[in-house]
Amino acid sequence: MGESSPKIVIVDESPIRAAILEEGLREAGFTGVVHISEMQSLLARIYALDPDVILIDLENPSRDVLEQMFQVSRAVRRPIAMFVDQSDAASIQASVDAGVSAYIVDGLKKERIKPILDLCISRFNAFAKLQNELDRAKSALEDRKVIDRAKGILMKLKGLTEEEAYVLLRSTAMREKKKIGEIAQSILTASELLK
Amino acid sequence: MTTPLHIGFIPLVDAAALIVAVDKGFAAAEGLDVTLVREVSWSNVRDKLNIGLFDAAHLLAPVAIASSLGLGHVKVPISAPFNLGLNGNAITVSPALQAAIMAELDGDRFDPMATALALSRVVAARRKSGAEPLTFAMTFPFSTHNYQLRFWMAAGGVDPDEDVRLVVLPPPYMVDSLASGHVDAFCVGAPWNSIAVDLGVGHILHFVSDILARAAEKVLAVRQSWSEKNPQIVAALVRAASRAAGFIEQPQNRAEAARILSAPDRIGVDADVIQRTLDGHLKISPDGTMRASDRYLLIGREGAGRPDPVQAAWLYAQMVRWGQASISAEALQIAKGVFRPDLYDAALGQQGKGADAPDTIGAFAGPAFDASDIAGHLAAFAIQHRKS
Repeated sequence: MGESSPKIVIVDESPIRAAILEEGLREAGFTGVVHISEMQSLLARIYALDPDVILIDLENPSRDVLEQMFQVSRAVRRPIAMFVDQSDAASIQASVDAGVSAYIVDGLKKERIKPILDLCISRFNAFAKLQNELDRAKSALEDRKVIDRAKGILMKLKGLTEEEAYVLLRSTAMREKKKIGEIAQSILTASELLK
Repeated sequence: MTTPLHIGFIPLVDAAALIVAVDKGFAAAEGLDVTLVREVSWSNVRDKLNIGLFDAAHLLAPVAIASSLGLGHVKVPISAPFNLGLNGNAITVSPALQAAIMAELDGDRFDPMATALALSRVVAARRKSGAEPLTFAMTFPFSTHNYQLRFWMAAGGVDPDEDVRLVVLPPPYMVDSLASGHVDAFCVGAPWNSIAVDLGVGHILHFVSDILARAAEKVLAVRQSWSEKNPQIVAALVRAASRAAGFIEQPQNRAEAARILSAPDRIGVDADVIQRTLDGHLKISPDGTMRASDRYLLIGREGAGRPDPVQAAWLYAQMVRWGQASISAEALQIAKGVFRPDLYDAALGQQGKGADAPDTIGAFAGPAFDASDIAGHLAAFAIQHRKS
């Protein structure tokens, strides 16, 4: 492995997260990065690549497959788990919280692993944040559709303009201390029932 | 005041006592506010228990021992005050392998010695014809499934490390891998064997109770240090799990238990499939052949809940036999010390094992297990790969 860039394998079924991680690693100068997204024959692929570091997300059931590496003593270099070193409890906690686990081949110096792991943790957290924002944006879009439909119903039933329908929704939401989306949803439900 | 606890589990039927204890309110009745966390891998369960994200866990009995011995991983002493189940696994084979074994079978199809000898003939014929070795899947290196498969095939003369490929595969991938031909057989817990049969891609060749009459499967695991600091909580957990195990064992409660377990955030498969497992009445072949066994899965009866150090010693002996652990009196003591009948007895006000709990492993091959002489016991087995 030498002092050149260690070979890193990312095992992740999410192509976006893997890309984010890979990009981060490359920017930090780790050029030997390979992404595996196919879980079939995972061990054979890893043995063929012979990496120094393996990163896997904790949502991946194939983590148990990697544990088999500890059992094989043939021509394969012996990997050790990140969790072997208990001295760095904070780092273990942070990586579990972020949802990533690392397997490191015996012999790789600790000070060379730390930056890789730190980068992983921050990229995994960034991805989770992105995912959250995406989910929020999705639900905002859903809300908007519901509000539009509720406005339509109010306009038709009460002969209001779109502007007036929206004002009615908003003032009702404020009075009832609810979100506009919730009021709109109850209008939709009620109109379904009264059909 | 209620005590909040986080407990990890893998969606398998042998988590039943734990899940029912929580969802039926038995844990709450003991003053425990348990959040069950469904996990995707044994590695996750082990690590989260080790670093304290989980207070307790549904855990493979051999993982509790390996963790306490520091095998392959961080050494974190684990205590098992409750045994969540005995037996419950099965060996399922592809239709092609089923046909091959049956064609070579000389004896009863449920006799594991007959099937193991038939397998060795199948393996020999494949080698002669230049075919790829058969692939057997199991769930984890430190698993009962691994040891049960090895014990069975080695008795028939098949070397599990030389004559076949033995690979780890996450349970949710087993059925697909069998269907696609990536594996020829697997040993796994419920419900996966039944699912393979229902889909027509596998035959249940053996219940593990054919191989071992009593085999500790999953335990309720806690960190030893945590259990020493929280003896009252441990006792409350044992009582809740024990009550749930007793509930599940009542035939009139099985439908309700199966319904609880079938919830999407619990095991998440049909209640019907789960109930077949609880009843020990399984469809073993796609043509509809059924097989019943009162030994398929023991959750509370025959003293199943009380951890038995002899079981821990047997598991340790398998680790030695297959080169995962070195043999030493000290390691044997540590392994036996993981199983804590004393904590179980203290929680339930019981003294010693009940009259209905036999003190045996009941393996189909080899001499009766002697926990006080592991080396002597293992000497009786021709195929083994001890650490040099």
